[in-house]
Amino acid sequence: MQWETVIGLEIHAQLATKSKIFSGASTAYGAEPNTQACLVDLGYPGVLPVLNREVVLMAARFGMAVDASVAPRSVFARKNYFYPDLPKGYQISQFELPIVAGGHIDLTLEDGTVKRIGITRAHLEEDAGKSMHENMEGKTGIDLNRAGTPLLEIVSEPELSSAKEAVNYMRRMHQLVRYLGISDGNMQEGSFRCDANISVRPKGQAELGTRAELKNLNSFRFIEKAINFEVERQIELIEDGGKVVQETRLYDSDKDETRPMRSKEEANDYRYFPDPDLLPVEISEEFLSAVRDAMPELPQAKAERFAEQYGLKQADIEVLTGSRATADFFEAVVADLGEAKLAANWVSGELGGALNRDNLDIAESKVSASALAGLLKRIHDNTISGKIAKDVFAAMWDEGGDADSIIESKGLKQITDSGELEALVDKVIADNPEQVEQFRAGKDKVLGFFVGQIMKATQGKANPGQINQILRDKLSA
Amino acid sequence: MTQRLTIAEQSRLLGAGEASSRELTQASLERIAQHDEALNAFIEVTPEHALAAADAADQQRKAGNGGVLTGIPMAHKDIFCTQGIRTTCASRMLENFVSPYDATVVERLALAGMVSVGKTNMDEFAMGSSNETSYFGPVKNPWDHAKSPGGSSGGSAAAVAAGLVAMATGTDTGGSVRQPAALCGITGFKPTYGRVSRYGIIAFASSLDQAGVLGLTAEDVALVTQVMAGFDERDSTSSPAEVPDYLATLEASVSGKTIGVPKEYFDAGLDPAYADVVNTALDVYRQMGAEIREVSLPNLSLAVPAYYVVCPAEASSNLSRFDGVRFGHRAEGITDLESLYTRSRTEGFGDEVKRRIMTGTYVLSAGYYDAYYLQAQKVRQLISDDLQRCFEQVDILAGPTTPTTAFGIGEKVDDPVQMYLNDIYTVSVNLAGLPGISVPCGMVDGLPAGLQLVGPHFSEASVLNFAHLYQKETDWHQRQPGQN
Repeated sequence: MQWETVIGLEIHAQLATKSKIFSGASTAYGAEPNTQACLVDLGYPGVLPVLNREVVLMAARFGMAVDASVAPRSVFARKNYFYPDLPKGYQISQFELPIVAGGHIDLTLEDGTVKRIGITRAHLEEDAGKSMHENMEGKTGIDLNRAGTPLLEIVSEPELSSAKEAVNYMRRMHQLVRYLGISDGNMQEGSFRCDANISVRPKGQAELGTRAELKNLNSFRFIEKAINFEVERQIELIEDGGKVVQETRLYDSDKDETRPMRSKEEANDYRYFPDPDLLPVEISEEFLSAVRDAMPELPQAKAERFAEQYGLKQADIEVLTGSRATADFFEAVVADLGEAKLAANWVSGELGGALNRDNLDIAESKVSASALAGLLKRIHDNTISGKIAKDVFAAMWDEGGDADSIIESKGLKQITDSGELEALVDKVIADNPEQVEQFRAGKDKVLGFFVGQIMKATQGKANPGQINQILRDKLSA
Repeated sequence: MTQRLTIAEQSRLLGAGEASSRELTQASLERIAQHDEALNAFIEVTPEHALAAADAADQQRKAGNGGVLTGIPMAHKDIFCTQGIRTTCASRMLENFVSPYDATVVERLALAGMVSVGKTNMDEFAMGSSNETSYFGPVKNPWDHAKSPGGSSGGSAAAVAAGLVAMATGTDTGGSVRQPAALCGITGFKPTYGRVSRYGIIAFASSLDQAGVLGLTAEDVALVTQVMAGFDERDSTSSPAEVPDYLATLEASVSGKTIGVPKEYFDAGLDPAYADVVNTALDVYRQMGAEIREVSLPNLSLAVPAYYVVCPAEASSNLSRFDGVRFGHRAEGITDLESLYTRSRTEGFGDEVKRRIMTGTYVLSAGYYDAYYLQAQKVRQLISDDLQRCFEQVDILAGPTTPTTAFGIGEKVDDPVQMYLNDIYTVSVNLAGLPGISVPCGMVDGLPAGLQLVGPHFSEASVLNFAHLYQKETDWHQRQPGQN
């Protein structure tokens, strides 16, 4: 039988606010346990939540970016369940009236076609704390630093049909939230993670199969592996005459398998009701138009503009628009240099390679946009060759300094003086009569030998185009 | 018993240098020592704190920086968080809980120079109308120790009625300030929902809870409310509306104003003798030139049922934080998470609290939510609309605060429905979030009866004005237990 996979993702993106969603405590990652939890985060008797307005702005920005409607009135609700890392015994979330509803995002599939994925809703909520089991001498520790961290939960329609598509969608969302400046997207720190609802059905069947939910997938690689495993499991199960049970499962990356969560970890009735401690979030038209005006250029628009304005190749565009910081870096170089293709080659090539090698973000680049433009200008005006430029770049990266002073101090300036070059050519011709014969006999390839000789003599500083010309003139004379 | 002194009188004595705060505070502490063993109005008395605060207040007055409330002893209901002093909510769950911070109300009154002498007894987590659900035992009504002082702010009401302090704070979720004030023959005021910050009040039912004042006169209550009221950035539901000068309009004439009397208030259930007393009170207003007009609250009978869905629903969620993990009672010999929860909560909460947690959990459950919680919210809207409609016709509503005077301790405790019906006149005011006051308006068989006045949202000044003028014409508020 032919099977069809249906996947819906719930992404939890941690919003990049300085303080928590309902308290003034810091959201910084990695502090000593329970040092960033104030009385509100600890759920002390008598304390009350006060909404951090920044999250409303961020959610609205997201809503607009995915063409969704941003609700003029949304309501916080309490999701009630007991767990030690949930201090109040309820999580403040949004249920019936989320802040964002009904958007979409377009994915470019491997075959180049575009597939539109619906976004059911996105709502604001607070994160819970963390239970700690390591080095606790048989006890369970609780760290509430994360409790109250703002999250935007982005729920897709069940319209993804493979693990690859799910990863593609996840990557696009990851790119988008970072473009919007609403999340740092750090997956290792849990700032960007997802739950996947997965079901299979015989191809052509309209009705959805029973789904299983995979919890807390926090790397692109794991998402793909986990979904693939789960799809295989469900198909095998059904083909063997079994039935998929609706349940929550966890992916074990060590064993590369999914297994059911213990039933105790699964609360079944959250008794949602509107949180009486918080007023409904009212959003005015003025607020929305201010958000609209401050909207950054989004990845797709940027890609289209890069193609049109700079005439770049799709592969380069992909790399250069990968993050807003990369695109900004590239455009800063272009602005300085006055030329796009060379800039594109270098930002995606040499610079990208160096960043990768040193595991740095472009914001941490050791060569600034203006320094890089300074280097590329010297290629452009023939002061150095592209090959020499790579050496200069390496020196700039490792030792700092600008291109001009490195070129100067290392004497790397290209020899463009035709008198000097002609003398060199004459010498090489005189020293190699045999090759001159071959060339004259029609062996064009020998030209490369002469160029090589001259490059060797000048340590690469000669202008190859110029040498070619001089050689041809002299040899044919 | 010596004559009770109002805040206004004590303030005059302090201002004239005829008494010091230390003297007034000591006198208060002595009366507590003398009477509270019998009354059980206090869970905790804090003489050292009180005397230190009194001395500071005396210094402040001496330096010329005193305000009208500086140096006057008072007490806080034990639901207000007080830094460094136990805040128990009259529950075993919080028997040893010491709050690391002060509630906004506590902070504001301390800033105004008031001297807290201790924390008053109450129904456990404010759940009750008789003060019998307290883990620390019932409070006695100063008028008759066999009777309940009402609840849940029963300790505050008894302490003021018995002259232990001139004023005590309370909270009113369904009548918890007004009902005990009525049953103890004092003045009890609940401002509009959102007028006073809830920050630091241990939450019972968040959409209904409102801090209030129990005192001897409307004037005293106005003086204290003036300080308590106002926006607090720590409570999103507190109103940013400016607080008017309540004292400035206290004496304003009510001639030509209209008072609405809901006819449903006088239906079955109201003690006829109580009805007579209330009617006599209305005559006092007639003589002032106010017009009395009959109005109708057609959905009044639904108020108690709706209230006892909404309030337990919110309570069930609010009380989830008492799980034995971070603070409060934790059962001993725990081996797993499940038993940590069940045993800590089973041991820590009393019967009425458990009853409401179970009711609340039930009405929010999948499959019941629409039939109960949602339905109750609709009824709440209807009741609110009814009241709103009344205020299109009249300036203020008047009627009895309770259906009967104080009932016997033990009389209703085993019959929750009877107990809940005691709230018939008060709960609708909370459901609509309106300001309401109870003032003593007569005696029925030797026990005080209360007149309830209810105004539109944020009409505190008007409600206090009506109450104050009544007290100028009558002396029921001056009657005190043991002096009949």
